[in-house]
Amino acid sequence: MTVDADRAASESLEGSRDLLIEMQRRMLRIRLLETQVMKLVKIGAETAGPYHLYTGEEAVAVGACLALRDDDYITGTHRSHGHPIAKGGDLRKAMAELLGKRTGYCKGKGGSMHLADFSIGVLGESGIVGSAMPTAIGAALGSKLQGNDRVVVCFFGDGAVNSGPFHETLNLASIWKLPVIFVCENNMYAITTAARDMMAVPEVAVRASNYAMPGVVVDGQDVVAVHRAVATAVTRARTGDGPSLIEAKTYRYDDHSVGLQRIVRTPYRTDDEIAAWQGDRDPLTIHAAYLRDNAVMTEAELAELQSEVADAIADALTFARESPFPDASELYDDMFTVPISAD
Amino acid sequence: MTTATEVKPRIISTAQSIQEALVEEFRRDERVFVMGQDLQKGVDGGTAALFNEFGGERVRDCPISENAFVGAAVGAAAVGMRPIVTSSCCFMWAAMDSLISQAAKMQYMFGGQASLPLVFRMTELWGGSMAAHHSDRIHPLFMQIPGFKVVMASNPYDSKGLLKTAIREDDPVIFFEDRMAGAARGPVPLEDYTVPFGVADIKRAGSDVTIVGVGGMVNMALKAAEQLEAEGVSVEVVDPRTIVPLDRDTILESVAKTGRLVTVDIAHKRCSVASEISAMVAEHGFGSLKAPIKRVATENVHIPFSTALEPLCYPTPDKIADAVRETLA
Repeated sequence: MTVDADRAASESLEGSRDLLIEMQRRMLRIRLLETQVMKLVKIGAETAGPYHLYTGEEAVAVGACLALRDDDYITGTHRSHGHPIAKGGDLRKAMAELLGKRTGYCKGKGGSMHLADFSIGVLGESGIVGSAMPTAIGAALGSKLQGNDRVVVCFFGDGAVNSGPFHETLNLASIWKLPVIFVCENNMYAITTAARDMMAVPEVAVRASNYAMPGVVVDGQDVVAVHRAVATAVTRARTGDGPSLIEAKTYRYDDHSVGLQRIVRTPYRTDDEIAAWQGDRDPLTIHAAYLRDNAVMTEAELAELQSEVADAIADALTFARESPFPDASELYDDMFTVPISAD
Repeated sequence: MTTATEVKPRIISTAQSIQEALVEEFRRDERVFVMGQDLQKGVDGGTAALFNEFGGERVRDCPISENAFVGAAVGAAAVGMRPIVTSSCCFMWAAMDSLISQAAKMQYMFGGQASLPLVFRMTELWGGSMAAHHSDRIHPLFMQIPGFKVVMASNPYDSKGLLKTAIREDDPVIFFEDRMAGAARGPVPLEDYTVPFGVADIKRAGSDVTIVGVGGMVNMALKAAEQLEAEGVSVEVVDPRTIVPLDRDTILESVAKTGRLVTVDIAHKRCSVASEISAMVAEHGFGSLKAPIKRVATENVHIPFSTALEPLCYPTPDKIADAVRETLA
């Protein structure tokens, strides 16, 4: 099965104005948060460690997460800022975590690569590539054993496709008919290595046939197209028909992590390639045009939305800055649910 | 001492006591389920009876995808299930990423948002001419990595009570099943009971030398103690029962009494549990010691196939007794 992304995007989306607007709002939240993070990292006084920005890939997380219910689950990757926000997460807790504060999602223990919000089904992002894929199918197994109809979206990148967990989890999900949607964010590069050089078969979606599940290629820059493809897979998963694999073709605008170009001085992407994606292929630009063309939002309303989100990001930053760092006495907190002595 | 004496107990094997614990906990809590290989036909650990009573949804035969089903256990625990994974510890090398990156770290790294009620039953089947790939004893690794509680039981009573605690605990627990402990038989009451974590048991009281053994090495230490009794040496055998958390106080009190310590572990000697307990006593109980601490553990070599070589690797009652004699020399 393949979805013709252009056709899907041009069809009306069940007339759901609120949903279409929410898509733009959540993409803007990610974009403006990442813009703010980039500024903070470049100054460097308040940040620590690597930050992997989701800029350019917003339509994938938002299109997918808006096809889910609040009580559905997601797992993600080291590029972790976009997924929880797409799922409806709290910008304040996200920003506070990015600055290592105790009010952050993980009380300052997880940081940029490990945002999580279990209250809305965000079961954590994994710093190890491919490592959260088995976790995702476990949550899906939990749904099955508990007899509820919650589904799981498992986000992973093209790099993870070559790791063992990809094979093991797709096979296990298929033989157990688990309610999981595998969403590959194919941004074409694992740090500096091009997927085309690392995959014997460069298309990810075709691998689905090896596991007896549908494989779909979708334009990852078109939030409506992503939503449509994921919604179809969600229906399949929720009704007990098992997993699906969706390959979203996308692009990260920035380096693997902010500042990596100081170490990796040899270019691995051309300026033309980057410019092409940032131009016509920008997910926010594409969706803004869709909203205007279909008379969902006016230019003024789009500007107002942008301003609303900018205010929310500013509020989140203020909250994070005013929040305390974790106290030294909290070092051992949350090691165990039933605590034990440190040594 | 937690041994129940009110009721006249039955004598059963450790394997049977573990099976009883599983059946009783499966009946008590429907969130408990088990994943592993060849469980339904019961190749590993008598799980066929579980399958017959509870069926394939809760007794799940898995493909040879250890990393996936261990990681799946983590995900299922994160959404409110209470999974048990059963495997030879040797196959868990293939699952290390899920064990370390996910099971061990998830609770802490996400700031306590998740409780992970997970049990990993790992058998350590050394001594059967299975050569290097099937004779591992990997428990010290999990003492080194924060995030796991680690059980090393030596007899049927402790095995049943500790496994029940493990299944009811809201944290990741690794429950090691030592071959020698598995072969042990002993009294197990019929009524429900648990054995708490972090509480050592003095398996034999004595006054001259303390032996701390873990898992099946407790039984070997008891044999050595019998030999030494004939020589007039009074040995105290301490069984920590869990190595994380470790009951430091009981060990240190015993050493304060005897002034001599021999530690015994079936793992490779370097960085073994014997090493850690020795270091702990050297750090906190040095003033009590009348002689250097002795460690008896497995040679730092891969386990060879030949019956001429394999037995050379492991602790024996004789080696333990010799170590005790050295502390008295």
